[in-house]
Amino acid sequence: MSEVVIAGIGQTDVGEHYSISLRDLALIALEAAIQDAAGLRPDILFVGNMIAPAASHQAHLGALISDYGGLSGIEASTIEAGGASGGAALRMGYFAIKSGEAKVALVLGIEKVTDQLGPGAESMQALGEDSDYEAVQGLTPNAQAALRMRRYMHEHHVSHDVFAPFPILAHANALTNPHAIYHNPVTLEAYKNADPISDPLTIFDTAPVADGAAALILAQPELLPAGFAHPLVRISGSSLVTDRLAIHDRPDPLAFTAARRSVERACRQAGILPNDVDLYELYDSYSIVAALSLEAAGLAPRGEGWKLAQDGKLSRDGDLPIATMGGLKARGNPGGATGVYQAVEPTFQLRRRAGANQVPYARRALIQCLAGPASSAVTHVLEAI
Amino acid sequence: MPQSEQSELEQDDEKEVIYMEMPHSNSKPMLLKPNKPVGIIGYGAYVPRYRLPAKEVARIWTDGAGGLPIKEKAVPGLDEDVATMSIEAARNAMLRAGIHAEDIRAVWVGSESHPYAVKPTSTIVAEAIGAVPYVQAADWEFACKAGTEAMVAAIGFVGSGMARYAMAIGMDTAQGRPGDALEYTAGAGGAAYLLSPAEEALAVFEGSYSYVTDTPDFWRREYQRYPEHGQRFTGEPAYFKHIIEAAQALMEGTNTTAKDYKWAVFHQPNSKFPQRVAAQLGFTKEQIAPGLLVQVIGNTYAGAALIGLTGILDVAEPGDKILMVSFGSGAGSDAFAIRVTDAIRQRRDLAPKTQEYIARRTEIDYGTYVRYRGKLAMK
Repeated sequence: MSEVVIAGIGQTDVGEHYSISLRDLALIALEAAIQDAAGLRPDILFVGNMIAPAASHQAHLGALISDYGGLSGIEASTIEAGGASGGAALRMGYFAIKSGEAKVALVLGIEKVTDQLGPGAESMQALGEDSDYEAVQGLTPNAQAALRMRRYMHEHHVSHDVFAPFPILAHANALTNPHAIYHNPVTLEAYKNADPISDPLTIFDTAPVADGAAALILAQPELLPAGFAHPLVRISGSSLVTDRLAIHDRPDPLAFTAARRSVERACRQAGILPNDVDLYELYDSYSIVAALSLEAAGLAPRGEGWKLAQDGKLSRDGDLPIATMGGLKARGNPGGATGVYQAVEPTFQLRRRAGANQVPYARRALIQCLAGPASSAVTHVLEAI
Repeated sequence: MPQSEQSELEQDDEKEVIYMEMPHSNSKPMLLKPNKPVGIIGYGAYVPRYRLPAKEVARIWTDGAGGLPIKEKAVPGLDEDVATMSIEAARNAMLRAGIHAEDIRAVWVGSESHPYAVKPTSTIVAEAIGAVPYVQAADWEFACKAGTEAMVAAIGFVGSGMARYAMAIGMDTAQGRPGDALEYTAGAGGAAYLLSPAEEALAVFEGSYSYVTDTPDFWRREYQRYPEHGQRFTGEPAYFKHIIEAAQALMEGTNTTAKDYKWAVFHQPNSKFPQRVAAQLGFTKEQIAPGLLVQVIGNTYAGAALIGLTGILDVAEPGDKILMVSFGSGAGSDAFAIRVTDAIRQRRDLAPKTQEYIARRTEIDYGTYVRYRGKLAMK
């Protein structure tokens, strides 16, 4: 079986792209990735997307984007796994190359959320939940995260302030990422005084849902010419695990079982331990989810994920840098595109092309994309060749 | 990929795209400037006396939590609407102008809260001030820039010589859905302007410029009671884009910069937007201070820029230059460069000043507001 390498990357700015349509957003990322891959032409496309049918009245993104991107005729389809759609599309691209069914695969994550407003936008975010038992009762993702955070504070006897380092770190790292939605630092004072979203959750605990598209060109390495444009990045571990969808079916609301298993499988495949990576692009959709992800990956004991963040250990020059380009909190959370951004950004790191955001000595990255409270968890290990 | 498909696609790639030559203009923005110079002979403000503090809205809807976009807004009384309020402002403009009403050849009222869907407000106003029957009368609609659009038309009407005097009014009793973000700010008030040949005027138009696109940031469809809005879409692509484009083109066309103006006023839907757009265009807090009234009367929609201008004219001195830029959702901005003349000194004290209306204040609670605004639907 072939190895799978990342030969090209592309991304749009994350933000409110009122004047760029769904297809144009896709085209920007697609063209950037193909150009970055020195013109490699994909023979298969997987689109990671969650809400285009609801938000933009547009399904069938595989045909739309391959057509609009000048790739008409190739195999193309949409992969949907809630908020983890981008990660799931990456896994499908990985399958395609690994199996030898395709030589060059394009993985494109896209989300355009600003076509809808207010209550419409809010209910779209709940599409990945259990509709009959959760969303329809008003238990939106924000409300669930608030319940989970309250439970964490209660069980582990911690105050709300212990989560402050997550957004502070994310915003600090986004300052020098031109594609990030936010370029403003967050202070502890601002965190403490932030407007509530769903008590105890505040605006600074919550990643902004925004528009964006990111793309990867995956290829069989033997296909690439000698002296290829970039240092190559290999996908050495890949895993997708699901969990019970509804929170009431989980024996323990603070255990991200799928996230744990997914890290275990991806790391076993790569022949490493989670500790062996140089950076971890985790899924900080909420500060509580960041803390629970660290625990699920075995990087901190249960109830102590927040402690890792306290002493700079997770900053770019710390032991285990996270959210190195701003993470979901400050780069932004473009839904089904997020999982692809999470692969594009470490590729910059492993190529040593991350500029001011460069993590020193970056050789290996762990990336994890979750849907909701890790109802689906997709984990990949990336390594510089 | 099969060979045949590949070659077909490669051929596609080689096709050259041919663009048709389209006639287009490379000229710089052309200022709106009439053949004969036009100015303002009289102006008048009106603000109803009732005030609803923003914290009252927060008390009912958010348990007092969250930031407040303004301090308080003006609320019309039970017997007030855009017709009565326009008459008040028009009479103030007449007091300052000191002319005969029958010499007025147009009475135009811009508003998004005309009392009737079909039947003009402007005929009521024209009748009340004695301008009928030999007069143009019509209502204007362009969200919050209906009043300044009427003003541009009046400049053309007077500047062409078709009229000696024309009146343009911007007035609103704005609607905010209970509990919506707009309920904090949707206020009531506006101003009337009587336009004349420049030689009779207390302030002269040196040029104006408009910037308009189809941008759906805020709207109210027929038979709807309350408007809807595009949340943050109302900011950058709507308010800021249109105001900045109109203002920059006007300043370019008149060879002026922010420093050449003593005063400036921008459409003021909340406290933050006009202050930010002023800073982006290079204006200081001092330059916008006398026209920035939204904190104490709310967003008066079609009246907002125009009543800001009455606040400035109340304190301006001969020779002062004023920049006014409106914004109406849908969307567009009208920008005006205005120069104050010596006549301001004799005329401005002839009618109540804007700040006097603001000081005339009776605070009401949310319940009274609900009653005055007819928000309790009995059937």
